[in-house]
Amino acid sequence: MAIKKKSKAKTGIPTASMSDIIFMLLIFFMAATTLKTVEGLKVSLPRARSIAKLDTPKQSVLYVFIDRTGRISIQDKLLNAEEVTGVIYPLRRSDNLLTISLRADQETQMGIVSDVQNQLRDASALKVNYSAKPK
Amino acid sequence: MLGKKNRQPAEIPSSSMSDIAFLLLIFFLLVSNVDTDKGIGVVLPPPGDSEIKLNPKNITMVLVNAKGDVLFNDQVIPVEQVSQRARELESINPNMVFSVQTDRKTKYQDYIDVVDQLTAANVKKLALIGTQQ
Repeated sequence: MAIKKKSKAKTGIPTASMSDIIFMLLIFFMAATTLKTVEGLKVSLPRARSIAKLDTPKQSVLYVFIDRTGRISIQDKLLNAEEVTGVIYPLRRSDNLLTISLRADQETQMGIVSDVQNQLRDASALKVNYSAKPK
Repeated sequence: MLGKKNRQPAEIPSSSMSDIAFLLLIFFLLVSNVDTDKGIGVVLPPPGDSEIKLNPKNITMVLVNAKGDVLFNDQVIPVEQVSQRARELESINPNMVFSVQTDRKTKYQDYIDVVDQLTAANVKKLALIGTQQ
């Protein structure tokens, strides 16, 4: 005869603390969420290995988007390459820490990127971060 | 008497609370994008065409053409070797300046590959300039 197991221990997952855990997670995500997502152009960022996190405070980061067709967008406005200095210079004047996060598509041609970089130099916005994804 | 007979303890029904919390949790999970703005930080040279006098032997030219080929000191090398070559050069001459130039038609990814390699080699003096016609 087979040995019958006598142990009838309950095998349920304890659910008493579940709601506490969920609440904790909820609060974390509520705090971590920024509802205003970064607007801009659709770009697929280039990939790189030696990338680091941007150490500038969020409010000093300005996103400059360049998509694969060479369109430039700053603060949800489409601009020509020559207009970049005019937009950035006032911002740079009011914020010493201003860092440009350059979000250019991996297929973008360097000509337009270089034009934008020269415009940034003219606006003395010299801190630039090439946004990239990990390889 | 108008006294209330109903002496049930006034409790908030808590059985559905975790459901509600779950729902909110899932909502915020989907909505949140924990912003991880990662990238390669560089500092552009100051404005103006002020030619900085550099000893030519302190300059390493890194050219990237439209096809993504890398010309490193007049030698075509695979992009993966840039890091190693840069490290060698810098150990010989700590004042070495690496000047990255591209064609106007070079893909941004190819340029980032080179900059990535140089960053990996801890290159301190990087002149990321320009495009050549």
